[in-house]
Amino acid sequence: MAVTDTDEPTRRDFLYIATGSFTAIGGAFLVWPLIDQMNPDASALALASIEVDLSSIEVGQSMTVKWRGKPVFIRRRSAEEIEAARAVPLSDLIDPEARNDNLPEGSPANDQNRAPAGKEEWLIMVGICTHLGCVPKGQGMSDKKGDFGGWFCPCHGSHYDTAGRIRKGPAPQNLEVPVLTFLSDTKIKIG
Amino acid sequence: MSEDHTYQPSNAFTRWLDERLPIMGIVDHMMGYPTPKNINYWWTFGGILSFCLVAQIVTGVILAMHYTPHVSMAFNSIEHIMRDVNYGHLLRYAHANGASMFFIAVYIHMFRGLYYGSYKAPREVLWILGVVIFLLMMAAGFMGYVLPWGQMSFWGATVITNLFSAIPYVGEAIRELLWGGFSVDNPTLNRFFSLHYLIPFIIAGVVILHIWALHVPGNNNPLGINVKDKQDTVPFHPYMTAKDGFALVLFLILFSYFVFFNPNAMGHPDNYIEANPLVTPAHIVPEWYYLPFYAILRAVPDKLGGVVAMFGAIAVLFVLPWLDTSKVRSARFRPMYRQFFFIFVACCMGLGYLGAMPAEGIYVIASRILTVYYFAHFLIILPVLGMVEKPKPLPESISKAVLDAHGGSASANTAAAPEKR
Repeated sequence: MAVTDTDEPTRRDFLYIATGSFTAIGGAFLVWPLIDQMNPDASALALASIEVDLSSIEVGQSMTVKWRGKPVFIRRRSAEEIEAARAVPLSDLIDPEARNDNLPEGSPANDQNRAPAGKEEWLIMVGICTHLGCVPKGQGMSDKKGDFGGWFCPCHGSHYDTAGRIRKGPAPQNLEVPVLTFLSDTKIKIG
Repeated sequence: MSEDHTYQPSNAFTRWLDERLPIMGIVDHMMGYPTPKNINYWWTFGGILSFCLVAQIVTGVILAMHYTPHVSMAFNSIEHIMRDVNYGHLLRYAHANGASMFFIAVYIHMFRGLYYGSYKAPREVLWILGVVIFLLMMAAGFMGYVLPWGQMSFWGATVITNLFSAIPYVGEAIRELLWGGFSVDNPTLNRFFSLHYLIPFIIAGVVILHIWALHVPGNNNPLGINVKDKQDTVPFHPYMTAKDGFALVLFLILFSYFVFFNPNAMGHPDNYIEANPLVTPAHIVPEWYYLPFYAILRAVPDKLGGVVAMFGAIAVLFVLPWLDTSKVRSARFRPMYRQFFFIFVACCMGLGYLGAMPAEGIYVIASRILTVYYFAHFLIILPVLGMVEKPKPLPESISKAVLDAHGGSASANTAAAPEKR
């Protein structure tokens, strides 16, 4: 054991701690590949973008497409739906952030920040409830649309409005708007 | 126990073996292991659970020979097992219902521990290892339910993995790590299959520790008093092997009823619809054995809060030995605790019922009340009861209590006819 006749750390103590630290850090480096292999692999990342043709959607209709294994909701909103979404004061929102990946983080969740600029009738969002990941109802004409006329998640009762913002229920955030670009008036690229 | 090393090898071979690997001594210890002579049928669930674990491993290893863990083939490979594989339907139903039977047995085993105070000193480590096994069972059961790749599999996996996204800052990264992608998909199914195969063997390892931790202090018993001398115990074999065996036969009758006559009673019909990532079933519920915890999750109107409450409901069991302040173990001698125990059982059943109901209206309110009561039982009632309750007088010894119950004069009987061993 270490020399006991002095309080100063001895040479042996130093070697002991240095060896231990070296082993611990080396061990951590060894463990990382074993954990990182679980993260999304190259083939999952390669599916990053899709193109969608919007020409067949009439006003008031919705379409669901699959992107990165998740549903993306596309709704061509009616004038009343846009009107209703714009009339909501920001102070009524549970989540005041736009959650729009095309805008800087922290943008306010007004309707202009939820829909693409200049194309307000289109609302395009990832159709995954921000609570525990169910797909909310509201895409079908006969679906329950919730108390705010948008979408309703049947799993745990979250209500979204006509701009896809959470208004009531356990979900913490507005539905996510993915990165998207309009390639033409009737064609978009998601991702 | 401490006087273990009494094994004497009886012939040249066992002497040779014993010097190199003293395994026969362990067998000898298990057979002669002194068990309190008053333990009742609630104590047979340990043996029943060992059977369940072995049955799940055997049927599971065989099912893995016919199952394909791929999103485009998994659902069909289950149907292949059901229709084409010789006795495949039997093996699958035995495995699926075996999971439910496993949980029935483990819940009875746990409630027995709660009633008779089996978690109290000196059995805290035994109890904690049991809770670890329970957690591992929940993980194994959850991942196993995902493998058939039906609608409930998929959406159950989605909801449960999303629980982790509630963790501040690192939640999203953890969720992606679990998925191996941006949603529950093929990588998720693959790793769940791998882990579902692994976990039972980890359980088997912890079960060995659990039995080890049992054999150091010995069994608790319905009186909750310590074993004083040999008169209080009987050897495990043949007494407990016979008793456990009989209880196992009764348990297997119930098991067989489900496997042969009602194999889908504890499943959900939606799981016979292949997984569809674009449509969530109108009403998703987990397997019945998670329902009480699911009800707690939904009772809290906040995402992180709900997750914390759900995990907290299990975490509180780890510290139970230190929350219960009463020195008396058995509820037989704790009149107030006994009543609270049955209220607690009803509370858990109520939560189970509410977990299966839709999350709206009166059900949410009831879940909240029962969730508060669940935690109050552990955090308020148990600590306070130990201080205010006046326990009934404890019997002198197990032997005396047994003989008194059978009408004889204890002292005369023990003197006249001492128990063997």
